[in-house]
Amino acid sequence: MRLLNRPLGRLSRHRRGPLAGLLVVLVGLLLTGGLYAVLSPASAQDDSSAAQIKQGRELFLVGCSFCHGTNGQGVKTLDGNQIGPPLAGVGAAAVDFQVGTGRMPATQPGPQIPQKEPNYTADEIAALAAYVASLGPGPAIPNPSDYSLDGLSAEQRQEAIVRGGQIFLTNCTACHNFEGSGGGMPKGGYAPRIRGVSPKYIFEAMLTGPQAMDNFSNGNLSVKEKRDIIAYLQSLEDSPEYGGFGMGGIGPVSEGMFAWVVGIGSLVGVAIWIAAKTARSSKQKAES
Amino acid sequence: MSSDNLPEKTPGERAVATEEPTPDPGLPAHEWRPTDVSPRAERRAERQVAGLFGLAILGSIGFIVSYVVFGVGDNPDTIANLGASNLMLGLCLAVTLLGMGAGMIQWARKLMGDHEIVEMRHTASSSQEDRQAAVAILQTGLEESGLARRPLIRNTLLAAGGVLGVLPIIMLRDLGPLPGDKLDHTLWDLNTWTPEMQAWWQTQNRTVQRVVRDVVGTPIKVTDLVVGDLVNAEPEVMFASDDTTQEALVEGTDLLVAKSKAAVVLHRMLPGDIVSTQTRNCSVYGIVCYSKICTHVGCPISLNERTTHHLLCPCHQSTFDLTDSGRVLFGPAARALPQLELTVDDEGYLAAKGDFTEPVGPSFWERG
Repeated sequence: MRLLNRPLGRLSRHRRGPLAGLLVVLVGLLLTGGLYAVLSPASAQDDSSAAQIKQGRELFLVGCSFCHGTNGQGVKTLDGNQIGPPLAGVGAAAVDFQVGTGRMPATQPGPQIPQKEPNYTADEIAALAAYVASLGPGPAIPNPSDYSLDGLSAEQRQEAIVRGGQIFLTNCTACHNFEGSGGGMPKGGYAPRIRGVSPKYIFEAMLTGPQAMDNFSNGNLSVKEKRDIIAYLQSLEDSPEYGGFGMGGIGPVSEGMFAWVVGIGSLVGVAIWIAAKTARSSKQKAES
Repeated sequence: MSSDNLPEKTPGERAVATEEPTPDPGLPAHEWRPTDVSPRAERRAERQVAGLFGLAILGSIGFIVSYVVFGVGDNPDTIANLGASNLMLGLCLAVTLLGMGAGMIQWARKLMGDHEIVEMRHTASSSQEDRQAAVAILQTGLEESGLARRPLIRNTLLAAGGVLGVLPIIMLRDLGPLPGDKLDHTLWDLNTWTPEMQAWWQTQNRTVQRVVRDVVGTPIKVTDLVVGDLVNAEPEVMFASDDTTQEALVEGTDLLVAKSKAAVVLHRMLPGDIVSTQTRNCSVYGIVCYSKICTHVGCPISLNERTTHHLLCPCHQSTFDLTDSGRVLFGPAARALPQLELTVDDEGYLAAKGDFTEPVGPSFWERG
């Protein structure tokens, strides 16, 4: 206490100074304001974000509410089938993926909503995402630094590709094929080809599990593991088809078809050529 | 003359032919190939054949050149994103073989002798005399060897042949020792662990084995997973290593064998989606854990649809209902997918209460 007393005593000599009252009020105000900013629950969005949500809601009412309901609560048919699922909690990432890849708005209901040219501009997609995100907490649009390999040494990059390959072969190959060429699923669905898809959309697809796909949330596969998977997929783009034509990379189906149709077909053609009747002349051979 | 190649007709056959309503017109006159009648065509065909053989030589030279020129290995040369070495070696070899083959066929068709050969049909059976002679030889052999009169010799010979047949069966033993009860247990059963694993487990000071992510081996908290998550998981001992030597406790073939039995999939769904009581009792917070090995022929299965909770095998389309005790919905699988009973350990990580209650994977002989 004695140690503390000395500086306090020195300070207390100024307590009746002309500026002391002002200083105390100033410090008190700064402290209160600062603590409020740090400790208070997240404040309401600023004006620009509120305007974005408003714009998103207007777009939503025109383009999405027919299936998803005017408040994103989802719509069911009279016999209980879901037309559009409820959107509270799907997050901005799901909107950015579904609308950004053109899957939403869907042309028609069906076993699988196909990818197509996006109908909305980037600004409109951001507004829709902001509106849907405001309906309930969900995964946000990932930051480019989450999936970018920038700043990694060549060795770390190689490590990421190898680990990503193992994670991909364990978790993704069953549906999306060993080189990401996609594959069929029950009842008319399919796992789409994921080669050449932008890293952001691959990340968002894992994060949100579009349509019948399982989720690979950040608790399931960490952000770094997702980044490694994307690194592996990109390495496939760069690596040459050393073994020859990939023929779609869908395994024995296309390769077998090629062997049977082109391979055996050309053998049959050659056999017919060998046994074909040759050109004949009407002339008689000169007797030698 | 074209009729030179035809067999002489016997007077008898000619007599039969005259009885037919339309007389036999015989074979048409032989037409010669252009190369037979025109020396210019002949020389051209000769040049074609020699040209094809020359092409084959060029192909072989190209093969040697490609082998030397194009790099292979980690950074191969490419042509149109294809491995240049493989592509050029294959193309050159194809030119060589096709050139030689096509040249030979061209040679045979255009320049080699041009005869028409007719072979008349005849019955497939041998003549009566030949057949009688063969039977006589067999009879003589039977009598002279005395097979019928000396049963002792005959029976011992048959017995010797029978014992000889046993030898290959004896050699089947080389396929390895019988599996015993190995197929009944997986690494989820702590009692089947090796002494090294048991020693490692003593140091861990825990009672239940955690379910960890495949490949990376990290433990999973209940709160890590959201509804719709699918995790490919393994028992944690598979990623454990000896504290002193830093060597993995399970590696090599043992690791692959262990993986082929103990691999599981975790799936989190809304608890209300679960249909059967057994599945609900084995789950925690809507997280269910099933064997990843198909009960048909043992393919690893993880094609799951989060909307229906149907797990599909990519090999033969067996489909299992994860909400209802892994019941078979479709496909050739005969047994439900075994479910692993989950629990949460003291630190909040997902863990298995014990082993599967039945052998995982395809049916086998001793399983009954």
